[in-house]
Amino acid sequence: MNTAAPGLRVDQVHVWRGDRHVLRGVSLELGSGELIHVSGANGAGKTTLLRVASGLMQPEQGSVSWRGRSIVSAPAEYQGELAYASHEPALKGDLTALENLRFMVGLKRRVDSDELLATLERTGVAALADLPTRVLSAGQRRRVTMARVLAYRAALWLLDEPFTNLDAAGSALMSSLLEEHVRQGGMVLVVAHHDLNLATATRRLELQG
Amino acid sequence: MSIGPGEAFSLMLRRELALSFRRRDQLLQPLVFFLIVTTLFPLSLSVQLSLLREMAPGVLWVAALLASLLSLDALFKNDAEDGTLEQLALSGQGLTVLVMAKTLAHWLVSGAALVLVSPVVAEALAVPTEAFPVMMLSLALGTLTLSWLGAIGAGLTVGLKRGNVLLSLVVLPLAMPLLIFGAAATDRAISGTNPAGALYLLGALCVLTWTLAPFAVSAALRITLE
Repeated sequence: MNTAAPGLRVDQVHVWRGDRHVLRGVSLELGSGELIHVSGANGAGKTTLLRVASGLMQPEQGSVSWRGRSIVSAPAEYQGELAYASHEPALKGDLTALENLRFMVGLKRRVDSDELLATLERTGVAALADLPTRVLSAGQRRRVTMARVLAYRAALWLLDEPFTNLDAAGSALMSSLLEEHVRQGGMVLVVAHHDLNLATATRRLELQG
Repeated sequence: MSIGPGEAFSLMLRRELALSFRRRDQLLQPLVFFLIVTTLFPLSLSVQLSLLREMAPGVLWVAALLASLLSLDALFKNDAEDGTLEQLALSGQGLTVLVMAKTLAHWLVSGAALVLVSPVVAEALAVPTEAFPVMMLSLALGTLTLSWLGAIGAGLTVGLKRGNVLLSLVVLPLAMPLLIFGAAATDRAISGTNPAGALYLLGALCVLTWTLAPFAVSAALRITLE
């Protein structure tokens, strides 16, 4: 994991959706070993901020840079260090959990089944690796999604409501994964409605909408 | 270690084929539609072989066109709905390469399958066996091109409600040259005249779409993602 450079910088980002000014000059800097918890009311622009930070959406004004370079000028480099998990699990119901991971992680880097199984083991769903994901519960699918984030081995995690559908054990697991990633020098921008209660230091960004 | 575009293409192609073969109902739908529509004609028309033979190119091509359209709506829709499209766009691989793999997979399970069953249908329409190679070649070129025209339409309409109606309105006019040249090539092969001109034009359209359409489709998908 390359942790020498400054990391993610979102600078004075403005986004409009029709007449609605969703993001009003939002700025943030995220360095190695940092986590920013993005919160705010429904419609405040939390998901929009993550989409802008990921490069999926271009802001009308402002810029996003990664390690000092605009993410527009070097998208492949940025995407190589990025793990994005949205509301949707991005899992194919007709493929097994292992196949889903193999095909999607395989687009980022070479990976073998043993490693993916070990990652599924870490998120507590290794026993379900050979089942089609359509038969998994929403919480189990969330764990598979988190396994994909881990398997990407990315420096930057952009997570949209990662605790949704998780039971108490799943939430504890998610918290420990976030803490571990931050301790190892990773960066996390996470949208969550509730307090994260992490042992590691976190910063909070409250969006007003 | 990151992977190159070739490996990404191969991985994506295998993924799409695996998905297609697990959804057998979707896989068989265009094929069954093609078979039913084309066999309705010999059943409903006169038993005069000459009339059937005369109509065969048009029947084959219209049925192939409509059958291909059936499966195009789902080309990107499922990926957009379940969040896969976002993951693909952020995979670090060019969306163009991934789109090429998806479209080739679509052709293999729809267009190529139609080409393979076309001799059976042609037999029912009294098409002489000597015309089969030209008919199959023209259908192969035509359905390959159609997959790309459909991919453009699917990319443009993926985020819309009732996008399938708009998809048909976008794709059908663009597919008219295919219908004309494809039916002409098959007709000439049946009548024993030289079909080369029509085949060359179909080939040119195929090359044109395979070189330009991937960029148009990936641009359309990026707009949808925004």
